[in-house]
Amino acid sequence: MVAVTVSSSVVVVVGAVFLATAVEMVEALTIVLAVGHTRGWRSALEGASVALVSLGVLVAMLGPALARVPLTPLRLVVGGVLLIFGLQWLRKAILRSGGLKERHDEDAKYREVVAAMTSAGASPRRDRIAFVMAFKGVFLEGLEAVVAVLTLGTSAHRLALAVLVAVGAVLVVAVAGAAVARQLTSVPENLMKMGVGILLVSYGTFWTGEGVHVRWPAGDVTLMGLVALYVVVTMALVAMVRREVAGSGRGVPAR
Amino acid sequence: MTIPRRGLLVRALRGFAAFWWDFLVGDTPEIFVAALVTVAVVALLRVMGHENAAAVVALPLLAIVALTISIRRAQRASRGR
Repeated sequence: MVAVTVSSSVVVVVGAVFLATAVEMVEALTIVLAVGHTRGWRSALEGASVALVSLGVLVAMLGPALARVPLTPLRLVVGGVLLIFGLQWLRKAILRSGGLKERHDEDAKYREVVAAMTSAGASPRRDRIAFVMAFKGVFLEGLEAVVAVLTLGTSAHRLALAVLVAVGAVLVVAVAGAAVARQLTSVPENLMKMGVGILLVSYGTFWTGEGVHVRWPAGDVTLMGLVALYVVVTMALVAMVRREVAGSGRGVPAR
Repeated sequence: MTIPRRGLLVRALRGFAAFWWDFLVGDTPEIFVAALVTVAVVALLRVMGHENAAAVVALPLLAIVALTISIRRAQRASRGR
């Protein structure tokens, strides 16, 4: 019988990297689908592929370099970055859930890209506009996922695992995207973003502490406690925002 | 030959700095400042005061305070519109 031990930190790394990559790739997929439908698939897929390879090169270049940085200062810096990044994601997700900020609308994004692509004129066989649009969409959306993979992967000494999970997320989104085609609004994007925010803030808190030599009372298991704490706080803040929106009768004013 | 190269380098550095500024500060400078304050407070508690228990409580507490302040700020901004 083989005993497999999976620490809390590995569970959180896998969860955070998968969700962060999946969310960003859903946004990128919307752009690729819009470009592909309006200007042809060849250039759209070429642009998307080159962007994915570029993101992979970025991870391959920066990952080993970060792995050479001593662990304590690395965890302090990464913890701080994750804390900021996670709090930003969580803030947006709470405001969206509470009705104070527009939910991310993939259909609207799709229509926006289609309009821009249609106004760009007829599409030649090798379409530079389609290539650049698909490349930019995938590369820019993927950058945040790369940051999550690098920071979480190197600090946990699990870069290879983080990369594998990210590749898995890209494949899942690509297969699901091909299946559902344009129905990307059915993806619970805000809920996923909220989950990523909670995981990033939990890890950010944990590693910032490790970086300044805090001894967490339950070791790695403290991470699960932090996740639970931030879930409760998030729910309370969503309820607070909803109460205010309901009380004032205001709805979704601006982005 | 050196001028275009230098121009390219400056553009690349500016782009790199702009990416990190947008990524870390963006439209929520209060979160950036709060994270720095949190790290400083916990480091002081732990490194100078040797207060592990206080640091364990202060770290998540300060993160929650930062999030609440940022949400309240967004609510106030929304009321002003």
